Amino acid sequence: MKVVIIGNGISGITAARWIRKLSDHEITVISSETKYFYSRTALMYVYMGHMRAEDTQPYEPWFWSRNRIQLMEDHVETIDFENRELSLKSGKKAPYDKLILALGSKPNKFGWPGQDLKRVGGLYHWQDLENMEAHSAGLSRAVIVGGGLIGIEMAEMFRSRDIPVTMLVREESYWNNVLPPEESQMVSDHIRAHHIDLRLGVNLGEIIGNEQGQAMGVVVKETGERIDCGYVGLTAGVHPNIAFLKDQSLEIQKGILVNNNLETNISGVYAIGDCAQLREPREGRRSIEAVWYTGRMMGEVAAHNICGHVTEYDPGIWFNSAKFLDIEYQVYGTVLAKPPENHVSIFWQHEDNTKSIRLVFDQRTNEILGFNLMGVRFRHELCEKWLKEKTDIEEVLRSLPLANFDPEFSKQYEGELIRIYNAQFGKNITAKHKKRSLDRVLQFLKK
Amino acid sequence: MSLLQKIGLTLFLCALAIFTLTLGLNKFTLTSESLAVDKEVHRESIISMARDMGMLDKTYQNQFAFVSDLKKCIKASQLELSASYDNAEYKGSEWDYKIGDWAIKDYILPTVQKSGHGMVSDNKGLFLLLTFGLGILGGLIFILPKFMEQPGIKNDNIYHDPLTRGMNYNIRTGLLITSIIGILVYGIFYTSGNVLLPILSAIVILIIIGLVFIYQKEKNRKSPRSASAKVIGWLGLVAGIYLIIFYILLYWKPEYITNWMTIVDPVSEKLNGGAASQWFLYGLMYTVIVLVMGVRMISKYRHNRYQIIRTLSVMFFQTAIAFLLPEILTRLNYPYYDFKNIWPLNYTFFFDWNIKNLIASGGLGIFMLVWGIVLIVLAVPIITYFFGKRWYCSWVCGCGGLAETMGDPFRQLSDKSVRAWRFERWIIHAVLVFAVVMTLMVLYHYFTGRQQVLFLNSDSIRSWYGFLIGSAFAGVVGTGFYPLMGNRVWCRYGCPLAAYLGLVQRFKSRFRITTNGGQCISCGNCSTYCEMGIDVRHYAQRGQDIVRSSCVGCGVCAAVCPRGVLRLENASADVNQRTEDLRTVHIEDLINAQ
Ligand SMILES: Cc1cc2nc3c(=O)[nH]c(=O)nc-3n(C[C@H](O)[C@H](O)[C@H](O)COP(=O)(O)OP(=O)(O)OC[C@H]3O[C@@H](n4cnc5c(N)ncnc54)[C@H](O)[C@@H]3O)c2cc1C
Ligand code: SF4
Repeated sequence: MKVVIIGNGISGITAARWIRKLSDHEITVISSETKYFYSRTALMYVYMGHMRAEDTQPYEPWFWSRNRIQLMEDHVETIDFENRELSLKSGKKAPYDKLILALGSKPNKFGWPGQDLKRVGGLYHWQDLENMEAHSAGLSRAVIVGGGLIGIEMAEMFRSRDIPVTMLVREESYWNNVLPPEESQMVSDHIRAHHIDLRLGVNLGEIIGNEQGQAMGVVVKETGERIDCGYVGLTAGVHPNIAFLKDQSLEIQKGILVNNNLETNISGVYAIGDCAQLREPREGRRSIEAVWYTGRMMGEVAAHNICGHVTEYDPGIWFNSAKFLDIEYQVYGTVLAKPPENHVSIFWQHEDNTKSIRLVFDQRTNEILGFNLMGVRFRHELCEKWLKEKTDIEEVLRSLPLANFDPEFSKQYEGELIRIYNAQFGKNITAKHKKRSLDRVLQFLKK
Repeated sequence: MSLLQKIGLTLFLCALAIFTLTLGLNKFTLTSESLAVDKEVHRESIISMARDMGMLDKTYQNQFAFVSDLKKCIKASQLELSASYDNAEYKGSEWDYKIGDWAIKDYILPTVQKSGHGMVSDNKGLFLLLTFGLGILGGLIFILPKFMEQPGIKNDNIYHDPLTRGMNYNIRTGLLITSIIGILVYGIFYTSGNVLLPILSAIVILIIIGLVFIYQKEKNRKSPRSASAKVIGWLGLVAGIYLIIFYILLYWKPEYITNWMTIVDPVSEKLNGGAASQWFLYGLMYTVIVLVMGVRMISKYRHNRYQIIRTLSVMFFQTAIAFLLPEILTRLNYPYYDFKNIWPLNYTFFFDWNIKNLIASGGLGIFMLVWGIVLIVLAVPIITYFFGKRWYCSWVCGCGGLAETMGDPFRQLSDKSVRAWRFERWIIHAVLVFAVVMTLMVLYHYFTGRQQVLFLNSDSIRSWYGFLIGSAFAGVVGTGFYPLMGNRVWCRYGCPLAAYLGLVQRFKSRFRITTNGGQCISCGNCSTYCEMGIDVRHYAQRGQDIVRSSCVGCGVCAAVCPRGVLRLENASADVNQRTEDLRTVHIEDLINAQ
């Protein structure tokens, strides 16, 4: 059987690896971005000089031939679903028996005047990085539009070369549609501490170009202020990269619609990763989750399905992580920016304004709902177990120090949460163990 | 770079330039007082030879011509004495009359040292200030402003910097091959034309290359990850070559660097009461570098207490245990002894002169002997069982100490390819075998008095080990290659103690790096900054715990990981299950259900 995968990102490559583990099918991966799979999440580190391009490739080049995964550097122009055949930019045709669409995303552009000028770009593909690199020399200022996870990465990139940065952020506080107010404030402060000119509550009006068709400034919509710059970064989110599939028999909405086995409406065709939209997402989950982890899990599930093990996609307990300049962020479970009334928080923040821990629980049932961590690391498996088992908040608090995953000798702050909980609710609980210990954790996980 | 940092850097570079130029600033004159030879026959012969050659009391402008003439002169005496021995009816022992080759080596260095005079000798204190003093000052002025920045991982522009961005594959391999061939060829001179051991070594090297390239089929596997295709860090190249030359002079041509020893004479006299040897010079430089660059390490990782404590530990062990204590022991007429240096890294530990020396120095000497053996047979396995080899390699060891301080800016240059891993395992275990065999032969000689085993001679084996492994590998390649192949070249490929610790760590230790569930985004920071070239990401992205014999537990992977995925931990439970190849976090249940 011939399996063709379009897209060599994390989802497509995970699918390929698992199909190889589970079967002897012929596997071809087609992508027009780069020859070898690289880690998109590491784009910033290449620009900042932390890593070489080669270091972002999780597998050495010989890995692919040894595992009989054929790589094609080409662009898929059209898909003939009826005859199961792809037409490629090079003029070649590629027949398939099973097809996996792992097309990823594209940066959003909201029809801003000037959005297609030179010296304007998103940060998603390798080519975006090359574009930034090409225009960085002598850059007097960069303006970044959008205050999400990619916007802050782009700001950090420019700052690593001492290029002044202005961020235009629609929200009143950084990423406050996802982060609770305190965390959002902390990150906003941190961004400013890194000498980034953070403008909150403003939108991009237009991008001004010069005669050569290059961006030379932006106008802020609300104030009409003009900011001169030599580069405009567009980081206002992403959308599935599916334009070339419109008006065909394939059912698409925002993304490619798939059932819980990740099959599209056409038999033998699967969609995974950023470009897939679940018809029936699990409770509390979005239909498109454009993150690394879900792409990886989907790749694995699609592989199982293609290899005859009918498997439902179960993303498990939600988790994610990011890094805001120097502040690491981890989240497990449900932590909402605007929580309903029954979601109660226990929140501790360090006085240095770079660390905090938030536990969210349901006031009606006392069960734990989520963990939100800034500058502190928690152990995934433990948080997941507590969340899965809907553990009582007091039970969680008593064992909380076990969850700490910070480097050895780091100070542990879990006791503070117990203190805050006791004060807030007039209780008097104490920790069972004050210190993390792998032995205890392993015992606990087995229970 | 701030103005202050520019000033610091300038001062440091001035110090380095003065230090280098110092080598040409003394004059040299051979007088009958400066000839450091005490055997009367030799003395008289050399002096009259020097007089005949017009060398005696002649002032040379630098040591190069001086050393060359001095060698000629002593060699001529050697010939003359050998020729006249039969007729001389000398009553004493043969080698009190004839000059042996080893004696020449012993005569030259102290004679050059004592013959020096002029600007450096007259201004020792000033030069000490202008080299060591200015270097430390410049270094600290460069480093201290870093404490003002936001704490956090600061690896910005490492791969843009011509000092730290590394070499491309061809240049790096070329330098490596040149060094190996150069060392082996020089080895033939070093062993005075005895080609057996250099040839044996060359055969072993070729066998290892064959094993990796042909048997393990690495020949056609290109590894872009091991070094970049294009990049040439020219400053790194310069630094590497400087270091390599420094080590060559230090180990094999110390008579050319006596001016440096002269500079540190005052320090040596304070500490051990005598003039500085090249080893004192080296020890002092080493300690100063570990201390200053240790401050840099702390500034860089000051948000991470593991790094701070670990760095303080290597700074302490280098300063107090490796440098000061042995000097003080010498001053008190006890044997020179580094209490933390463990066989087989400390390969001279079982040499007859060391054992005799220790036994001869009474209670403390016996204690040192027992202590050394206890470290080997008890401390290494037991402490490694509990904490992994890191307790030694990145907390105590001097080589590790230098790697973790001066070497930190170069850690990303370690080769991460599978090919390099294969080389590593063959080479380091070959060195371990070599060290054990060499030591067994030395002990056999010690206990039975027999030198020859089959076609091998224990004395030549041990001096070859000292040359090839102790000096060439550990020093010239081990440290000289910091800017070319990363800061742990010796620890990773060469150190026999690391091999021993690694075997314990791999098969019987509670230490591992745990992976935080499914949080890894495969970014590769951990692998890039692993000084031992472990592809940490390979394990992390699968959710596997990591148990690798080479891991020195520096903890930098955990520090640089932007997602908090890695943690160094000690516990014995579930190691096998958690290091399994297919440990994924979420689909695991599905697989079990099949
Ligand atoms: C800068 C950045 C940082 C990020 N950081 C994080 C993070 O920290 N954590 C996290 O969870 N997520 C992060 N993400 C999101 C995460 O990287 C994506 O969710 C993930 O890479 C999506 O993987 P994918 O396999 O679905 O698609 P992609 O990785 O986008 O792969 C799709 C590939 O298919 C190719 N392709 C598309 N159409 C065609 C065609 N017609 N012909 C040929 N090839 C085609 C594309 O060029 C692309 O190479 C980040 C994203 C970016 C851009
Ligand atoms: S473990 Fe951390 S540093 Fe290593 S690849 Fe994963 S996310 Fe990156």
